[in-house]
Amino acid sequence: MVSNVGRMAIATGGQSASQRSDLQQSRIRAARWFLAPMIVVLLCVAAWPLARTVYFSFTNTSLTNLYGGEWIGFDNYLNWRTLSSGRVIFRGTLVDPDWWNAVWNTLRFAIVSVGFETVLGLMIALVLNAEFRGRGLVRAAILVPWAIPTIVSARLWGWMLHDQFGIINDILLKLGLISHKIAWTANPDTAMLAVLVVDIWKTTPFMALLCLAGLQMIPRDIYEAARVDGVHPIKVFFYITLPLVRPALMVAVIFRLLDAMRIFDLIYVLTPNSTQTKTMSVIARENLIDFDKFAYGSAQSTLLFLIIGASVIAYIRLGRVDLTGEDHR
Amino acid sequence: MAPTSTKSSLKRVLLSALCLPVFAAPVSADVVNYVSGAPAKDIKILKEIVKPWEEATGHTLEFTSMPPSTTDSFAQYRLWLAANNSDIDVYETDVIWAPQLANHFVDLSNAASDVIDAHFPSIIESQTVDGKLVALPLFTDAPALYYRKDLLEKHGAAVPSTWEELTATAKSVQAAERAGGQSDLWGFVWQGNAYEGLTCDALEWVKSFGGGQIVEPDGTVSINNEQAINALELAKSWVGTISPEGVLAYQEEDARGVWQTGNAVFMRNWPYAYALGNSDDSAVKDKFGVVPLPSGGSNDKSAATLGGWNLAVSKYSKNPDAAISLALYLTSPEAQKRRALELSRLPTLVSLYDDEDIKTEQPAIAEWKDIFLQAVPRPSAPTKTKYNEVSSKFWSAVHDTLSGNGSAAENLELLEIELNEIKGNSW
Repeated sequence: MVSNVGRMAIATGGQSASQRSDLQQSRIRAARWFLAPMIVVLLCVAAWPLARTVYFSFTNTSLTNLYGGEWIGFDNYLNWRTLSSGRVIFRGTLVDPDWWNAVWNTLRFAIVSVGFETVLGLMIALVLNAEFRGRGLVRAAILVPWAIPTIVSARLWGWMLHDQFGIINDILLKLGLISHKIAWTANPDTAMLAVLVVDIWKTTPFMALLCLAGLQMIPRDIYEAARVDGVHPIKVFFYITLPLVRPALMVAVIFRLLDAMRIFDLIYVLTPNSTQTKTMSVIARENLIDFDKFAYGSAQSTLLFLIIGASVIAYIRLGRVDLTGEDHR
Repeated sequence: MAPTSTKSSLKRVLLSALCLPVFAAPVSADVVNYVSGAPAKDIKILKEIVKPWEEATGHTLEFTSMPPSTTDSFAQYRLWLAANNSDIDVYETDVIWAPQLANHFVDLSNAASDVIDAHFPSIIESQTVDGKLVALPLFTDAPALYYRKDLLEKHGAAVPSTWEELTATAKSVQAAERAGGQSDLWGFVWQGNAYEGLTCDALEWVKSFGGGQIVEPDGTVSINNEQAINALELAKSWVGTISPEGVLAYQEEDARGVWQTGNAVFMRNWPYAYALGNSDDSAVKDKFGVVPLPSGGSNDKSAATLGGWNLAVSKYSKNPDAAISLALYLTSPEAQKRRALELSRLPTLVSLYDDEDIKTEQPAIAEWKDIFLQAVPRPSAPTKTKYNEVSSKFWSAVHDTLSGNGSAAENLELLEIELNEIKGNSW
């Protein structure tokens, strides 16, 4: 919606003022009126809470005293004092090893999960794009994991991964793949793996759906031409499908990346308090609420916002993603 | 359409104006919202216990269920209370929460002045913050060692009194039973998940080895010592040998799940597992006993972490009088006796330990009196509002040690530094 109006504005701007018709001007006015309610809502539910969080991060607010916080500058981010022995002690989020552990966990989780989801999603989309009987049914069925609320699927997998009663250990034992029951969510070596498996299971359908939409935009006649020329299917994929589906794919990856970097619910339910899987959102919540360090948690939330923002901007720059749609005109 | 609606709304205003005096009469029927993370059977009994109160007062109880993890419930309660939420009137609170939530609860010392003296003084003290009685004791809790009488008898083993004996007995019984075809049997199950429960378990190991109680009553951080290191190293040796590796994700109910299906020789758990273990669908019915937890190292004194739940009335409640009346009723001798008989919940009223019915029907409760009288409090009093952070640092250090992420000595040394940093100049 925003990009369309932007495009319209750019298109109008390109014409000379004398040529601008009354009709176009009134359309722009109408567009602004239609946008106004959404902008007001966004200001209320997104901009205001964000501004509050940033403000809190510069104060010493606590949950027991929400309105009595005092301004303390950057102390929640970084502060230092010199001991009488001359040793300087640094404190704050920026030197907090727990925070950096959470940052690396988040980045690792985001890159691995989005990577797998993209590849698997594209593969599933290619299959679903082919003509076969019962395609509608399969398309609907594949969305089931995505339709289950995260909390429910986390609980569900929590039971399946349970070391004593879980079905996964039972199956693997019977197949002879493991020799003893594995505590998937408790063992530090497998905790992240468990979280990744559940997330990939849950979100691949979403990726597949977005990829499928991209695939269906590709004109059929290109494929026909390739077939007439006798091009190998693998070559067709790399030289035709992939370049043409790329814009849609890149946007889908952004969606997932944003989502993966603020992951909270799955980890909170499946492996709460595990150092191996604690992400930025989990640790920020812990400080905000459990430890009554509301301002400190706000500082972490602010950093979380900045890190996600920076990652997305870097991704758009590096991937030369076009979000305005200008290229296709 | 419009005229009709105006007319009807006018009528409604008139009507409500007429009705107002009736509703404002002293005998109002209020709904008291009660929130708790108790297991299903507790909730069922609660609904039965509360019936006479509902009939006598005309109020009704509305129950809100919470997750069983105290850490999770606490986070939710703190949010509600910080937001001055008036939806909940009565909170079931853990024994360690009083100093952290005191500001949000009503002072009950006047309302309960007649009954305060009937409770154990140590429990009342734990719920009193700066002279304000924050919550009324509902039941107290102290864990014990559950052991399988039948299995120990079968293999000629004695009930262990030290952790080292427990380790050896668990190992031999587990090996013998597994050789006999019981491949799912484990020696010892407990609570190893990284949460408040691990703080309780680990505090018992450390204290019973003579390694202090993390932060001493005077506020000094005492955790980094030889005995504490030995205690944690022994516990670490259990994981994967006599305890399943998954114990590192177990909370109370997971441990009870393994135990009650007959798959464990020993279990560390709270009294509630006693009544449930003797229920009709239990595989260990009448096959187990309880004793105080073992001691360790050269120390011969065992330790049990003081637990227990209390009832606090929210300052933001719209019906504080009805809520206080409910809290008083639920902590009364009748209610506590009922809970002792059906749920093996330990009474906080001194006199109930001499009650004949309880003695005959729940003989274990009398034994528990000694366990509970020697119970160790978690350092919630000296660390005040920082307790949660202290506890979280402690359980993280223990969990790291148990899962092989650094040795006990390394982790406790680091923990000492971290705790002193949280402490700053004073708690």
